Amino acid sequence: MHIPDGFLDAKTAVTTGVLAVAGLGLALRRVRQTLPPQQVPLLGLAAAFIFAAQMLNFPVGVGVSGHLLGGALAAALLGPAAAVIAMSAVLVLQCLLFSDGGVTALGANLFNMALAAPVAAWLVYRSLARVLDRRLAVALAAWLSTLTAALLCAGELAWSGRVGWQLVFPALGGVHALIGIGEALITALILGAIVAARPELLETSVATPRRDVLGLGLLLSLGLVLFIAPFACPWPDGLEKVAAQLGFEQHGSTLLKSPLADYAVPGLKWEGLGTIVSGVIGTLAVFALAWAVVRMMKVRGKM
Amino acid sequence: MKPDFIDRYSRLASPVHQLAAGPKLLAGLALVLLVALWPGAPWRLLGAVAALLLALALLSRIPPRFLLRRLLIAGPFALGVAVLAVLQPGGLQIFIVMLAKSTLCLAAMILLTATTPFTDLLAALRRARVPGVFVTTLALLYRYLFVLADETLRMRRARMSRSFMPARAHHWRSLATVAGQLFLRAHDRAGRIFAAMSARGWEER
Repeated sequence: MHIPDGFLDAKTAVTTGVLAVAGLGLALRRVRQTLPPQQVPLLGLAAAFIFAAQMLNFPVGVGVSGHLLGGALAAALLGPAAAVIAMSAVLVLQCLLFSDGGVTALGANLFNMALAAPVAAWLVYRSLARVLDRRLAVALAAWLSTLTAALLCAGELAWSGRVGWQLVFPALGGVHALIGIGEALITALILGAIVAARPELLETSVATPRRDVLGLGLLLSLGLVLFIAPFACPWPDGLEKVAAQLGFEQHGSTLLKSPLADYAVPGLKWEGLGTIVSGVIGTLAVFALAWAVVRMMKVRGKM
Repeated sequence: MKPDFIDRYSRLASPVHQLAAGPKLLAGLALVLLVALWPGAPWRLLGAVAALLLALALLSRIPPRFLLRRLLIAGPFALGVAVLAVLQPGGLQIFIVMLAKSTLCLAAMILLTATTPFTDLLAALRRARVPGVFVTTLALLYRYLFVLADETLRMRRARMSRSFMPARAHHWRSLATVAGQLFLRAHDRAGRIFAAMSARGWEER
């Protein structure tokens, strides 16, 4: 799901760019603070590993084959911050040298595949690895992270006004719910092979404290609120569906005359903006609350 | 696998190659931003950019076949989204504009990377104050990408020469073992690289 140039409009490109740069900056700071110097070359080698592993084609059937995406695997092997950096390096190189993904879409691609995917995967993996078999935990994490990245991608395309949400959401979501199953199987099998040979390599990721991803988790939730919430809320049901489809049709026809006219459908747009603003405020409030609670618990623990 | 198949012609001596990497990177990015983010269908702008890129490509003396072959790689994702765009009312025009813009941007980036050694781009990034850890990661990724790709192919060849064509489930399992082994080798290699880098006075914070 590498978005090429020309598929996103300016506001989406800038928004995702800001989110991606913030995420990469946070991850780099975290790595500089916590990663021992002898592990720094591992970031580059792990990135090269993901790149090379993406070349291995797995037969799916009827002439179709899939390949690893790697977000969840990187998160399970390296921990969240290091995984963000390794995956970002892979995407930057793919964009610069292999023309895979556009330059103006680099922010969006970074955010979806190098930030949201590994962070979401790590959150799931870290929670489940204690109670479940590691392979099962990473399989669930891989499926969810694939779907998360795909839905974010769908939201960004719809937000840019290039493709209607009612088209792109089921298409990308459906395809990647299936691709995610393959990703889950491959990731679990690869992790199983590594567990069998060198189980000690997998301890760093599980031992990473949750506060490491406070900032990255906040960015992930902001992304979900910005790109998915405004479309998910007016999702039609029952009798409303027909009317809503009519509304979408009108929205589609205004795109023809002027793809840039952001304010062409003021009611819908402002409603969407309202959803976004309230969503952002809500996310920030919940995070502030969670942070305060953790802070208080820590102080009490010290006393 | 040839390590330079992606930037094979980046060390020629044409006027385009001799431009400094930093300004060239900036100009390339500016051009892409202009084309991709200009709203609507600015056909005159797109035509002018196309003419400029064509002139630069001729000036760079890179074999046109090399450039064209790289330009024609269209991902299934891009095609899928483009088809979706056509399905909606008035989508055909959106589709054509999207295709024109993305092709021009692709051409600009291909020209940039085909006329600039990747190490020069990394140096430009470092001068632009991109954090050192990230530039080092990119440099190591570029350096070892082809080494690991070769290692992958070697392991796969070794496995295939020792076994019959297995059933699908078995196939997956053995490919996963190859990938797992690849990570372990990459991990150990990273340790050796760190020792070698430290011996040469590397210090990065």
